[in-house]
Amino acid sequence: MKKLLLSSIIVIIGLTFIGRLSYLQIFSFSADQVMEDPAIKAIYDYPERGYIYDRNNKLLVGNDPAYDVMVIPREVKALDTLEFCQLLDIEKEKFKKELRRARIYSPRLPSVLVPQLSKQDYARLQEKMRRYPGFYIQKRSLRYYDTNAAANVLGYISEVNERDLAKDPNYVQGELTGRTGIEKVYEDTLRGSKGVQYIQKDRFNRDIGKYKDGILDIQPVQGKEIHITIDKELQEYGELLMNGKRGGVVAIEPSSGEILTMISGPTYNPSLLVGRKRSKNYSKLHYDTISKPTFDRSILAESSPGSPFKTLMALVALQEGVIVPSTNFKCYNGFYVGRTLRGCHCGGGTRNMNVGIFKSCNAYFVNTFRKIYEKFPTTDEGQDVWSKHIESFGLGNYLGSDLHTGRKGRIPTKEYYDKWYGDNRWSSSYIISNAIGQGEVSVTPIQLANMTAAIANRGHYYTPHVIKKVAGKDISIPDFTKPKYTTIDKKHFEPVIQGMADVYRKKGGTAYYLQVPDISIAGKTGTVENYTIIDSVKTQLTDHSVFVAFAPVENPKIAIAVYIENGYYGGRYAGHIASLLIEKYLKREITRKDLEKKMLERTLEHEYAKPYSGMPFEINEYDWSQHAIKPKTEEIPSK
Amino acid sequence: MAGKSVLKRIDWLTVFIFLALLTIGWVNIYSSTFSNEGVSLFDFSTLHGKQLFFIGVTFAAIVLVLALEASFYERFSSILYIIAMILLLGLYPFGKTIAGATSWYDLGFFNLQPSELAKVATALALAKYLSDIQTDIRRRKDQLYAFLVLLIPVILIVPQPDPGSALVFFAMVFVIFREGLPLYYLGFAILTVLVFITTLMFGTIWVTIFLVLFVILFLLLKRKTFKVPIFPMISITVIAILFSLSVNFVFNNVFEQRHRDRFSLWLRLEKDPVKLEKIRKTIGYNTYQSEKAIESGGFFGKGFLEGTRTKGDFVPEQETDYIFSTVGEEWGFVGTSTVVLLFTLMLLRLVYLAERQKNPFSRMYGYGVISILFIHYFINIGMVIGILPTIGIPLPFFSYGGSGLLFFTILLFIFLKLDSNRLKEGI
Repeated sequence: MKKLLLSSIIVIIGLTFIGRLSYLQIFSFSADQVMEDPAIKAIYDYPERGYIYDRNNKLLVGNDPAYDVMVIPREVKALDTLEFCQLLDIEKEKFKKELRRARIYSPRLPSVLVPQLSKQDYARLQEKMRRYPGFYIQKRSLRYYDTNAAANVLGYISEVNERDLAKDPNYVQGELTGRTGIEKVYEDTLRGSKGVQYIQKDRFNRDIGKYKDGILDIQPVQGKEIHITIDKELQEYGELLMNGKRGGVVAIEPSSGEILTMISGPTYNPSLLVGRKRSKNYSKLHYDTISKPTFDRSILAESSPGSPFKTLMALVALQEGVIVPSTNFKCYNGFYVGRTLRGCHCGGGTRNMNVGIFKSCNAYFVNTFRKIYEKFPTTDEGQDVWSKHIESFGLGNYLGSDLHTGRKGRIPTKEYYDKWYGDNRWSSSYIISNAIGQGEVSVTPIQLANMTAAIANRGHYYTPHVIKKVAGKDISIPDFTKPKYTTIDKKHFEPVIQGMADVYRKKGGTAYYLQVPDISIAGKTGTVENYTIIDSVKTQLTDHSVFVAFAPVENPKIAIAVYIENGYYGGRYAGHIASLLIEKYLKREITRKDLEKKMLERTLEHEYAKPYSGMPFEINEYDWSQHAIKPKTEEIPSK
Repeated sequence: MAGKSVLKRIDWLTVFIFLALLTIGWVNIYSSTFSNEGVSLFDFSTLHGKQLFFIGVTFAAIVLVLALEASFYERFSSILYIIAMILLLGLYPFGKTIAGATSWYDLGFFNLQPSELAKVATALALAKYLSDIQTDIRRRKDQLYAFLVLLIPVILIVPQPDPGSALVFFAMVFVIFREGLPLYYLGFAILTVLVFITTLMFGTIWVTIFLVLFVILFLLLKRKTFKVPIFPMISITVIAILFSLSVNFVFNNVFEQRHRDRFSLWLRLEKDPVKLEKIRKTIGYNTYQSEKAIESGGFFGKGFLEGTRTKGDFVPEQETDYIFSTVGEEWGFVGTSTVVLLFTLMLLRLVYLAERQKNPFSRMYGYGVISILFIHYFINIGMVIGILPTIGIPLPFFSYGGSGLLFFTILLFIFLKLDSNRLKEGI
């Protein structure tokens, strides 16, 4: 018994050990991933980020090498400060201050001592740096913008945060990633892949040689260059025109869905978000909550489409067979809803569809709208049919573009109204404002442009996108290259397009004075009533100015939507800008210098100041020759 | 010739296991102290070079141990014991302090740790006392003397401070048990430890409930066939409960914070995972690193000289107390289980050898050897793989260190010498 006692203890302990060891080494074994092994340090070799070109091979975004003088404070040996400062071309006081700051940050980790040396300074310093232990020069690559425009399209890059790290293990603290725009959506393409060298280190973090003689090391892969569909010249010109105005402009090539320009006003110079001043500048932009320069109005601003929406009423009614182009409705300088007369600016009289469109007659389309609903026994069915048709133009939902963000807009469904009014307790009269693009419908400028492209194509559109080529090769993404058809037959488009062309062509058309010589344009103005709340009083503001157009009518090359907040009627700011951009794109030069001058000089800042002035103000001022004129001050990109 | 007969009769199996452990140990010391600088194996400025020198010295010692008459050890055990105790005492005025413990004599090239010698001497002295014809271990007085033999070195070593080594002497209680100390002493000891640990983990109330339930069940089930001394049983239970009540007081007021932290870590007393992780990475840093290193070895290990954590010196004291983690990282489960098997085999073989001794002195000394080797092996590996709290004692034949290697070897080979001589004794 006593003999066995010790032997059994020995055996039990042996088994316990084996059990624990198999738990450690077999069950919870996870091979030291090279990256997680604390004994191995990875040194990264960052490839250059891919360049971004516009549709005409013009450089938009490149890279600028920048050289930072780094310091590891605890490795610094006594040195001739004076000589070293002369070499770096900084003052002794500043040098001491920076060194102290670096030491406070961390004595062991590198800090930037002098950021962003020029190439010449770098060449001069590089050889002498060896003599100063603790100091070295690190090369980094900064984004360089060959344009002041398109900040909202291009986006910017910044350091990865905790969330990025958790999502994608390929990132390491301190790396850069695309935050918005192209930089974000095509991050993987642009970034390339970094190279890695593995270094064996000891517990004091000292290097003690290459890990496994470098067999696991990876060579960096260069980022790919991409071409985007934006027309640099058009974008820059458009942003110039948008100076002092808020709103969104989107132009699309109807035959491909390529976005030619995408402007949000106000905007900012993309170079502001590069380098050391990035975060300071960003806060400044981000906290401008009144003009919101970082809010991309071209894809995010949802608002009532206004009169351009009337073209869809005509198309739906034709498709449903409730009217023909020659159907007449009478305009009483307005239309009756119940016993109330609601206004119309078209001049009154009997209207057919053509006149209805080019004079933008509210009464005509209200009647058309009613006809659509009257075709069906219940309003519910009418609403279903109506919203199905409208949605087929890419409205009321995400477009599925390759932009990093977007909004759905709103095309109300029967459920939407059932919630408001109750089941079967509403009729087309309740929602009559939808007929003229007010009411509950809302769209974003890009949706409006896409809708125009669908009309220009006589019944189909391509999903709007900005990517054109990757590494010099045309994209072949089925989502972007296959047409999407609307529910309207091709034959119904022609009369509507004629009406839109007459907006320019016929006297009395709402854009008669905005014709471009030698170019046939089809367009539609819009004037959107809008309200805000000032001191808890609902207050009407100057109307939004809206314009959609495409040209040439026979073979459309550009479809454009311009939405100018508080620009008054459609033919004013939006119509002017649309007309100029179409001319610029198709002719590459502007023949109507007076028109151009007007747009370049006039701003709407006084309009935007009204609600904040605390004083009573007038809206929809007819005389605009006195509109504040502000010379364009270029924001100086700080580097 | 004595030499020739020793070579014939010595237990070669034990010798082979000993050589195997020695070799594996040195290979791992080499690996854990290896640097890429390409120094020679015999460069005595490196730790593996020094260890190689100690191995040479050890072999000389083996020859000496085997060459001496077997009866010499029995005869001189008392004198050796007294010399060892004097050396321990002498540390207080003359000792050299390394890492806070005054446990060494500085002999120039070599630091002698007399507590290692004391282990051998105490094993011999205990065997001598117990095998004395006049000693009867069933007598309380003789039990007391036997304990005193163990207690004197403990008293001398604890204040050095080297509580780890002191613990080793308690392990020799096994010898006394083998020779007839009633088993309830062991029962007491185990009960004490169990009550202590379970109180820390579950609290006095649960321990009380459990103890009372246990007694009731025991009385209900066993009463008829088995005469149970009811009174002692109940009084022991009451004492256990009282002890349990005092545990928290002792833990919070007598223990120091570092001891509390070790227990917190070992028994996972800290329930807040954030705090536990913090303790793991500070107080439990060594164990944490060694567990991680062993874990990262997997089944086959990373290969000789390929242990990244070993190379990076991530596990502190890796060539001494934590040498087993290098085995784990570089040789994997295959390596660690081989080492555990070799130790188990050696210990079982030694039990077998001890039991076949006709001379009680040899048997008792054999048990002393087993106790000492076993406690080192148990505590060291248990600590390195994270199932025991941190107690710094070396792994026999493995850990870097001259005194340790020399006296473990002498300890073992004295017994092998006695064993080889067992047949002559009878005549």
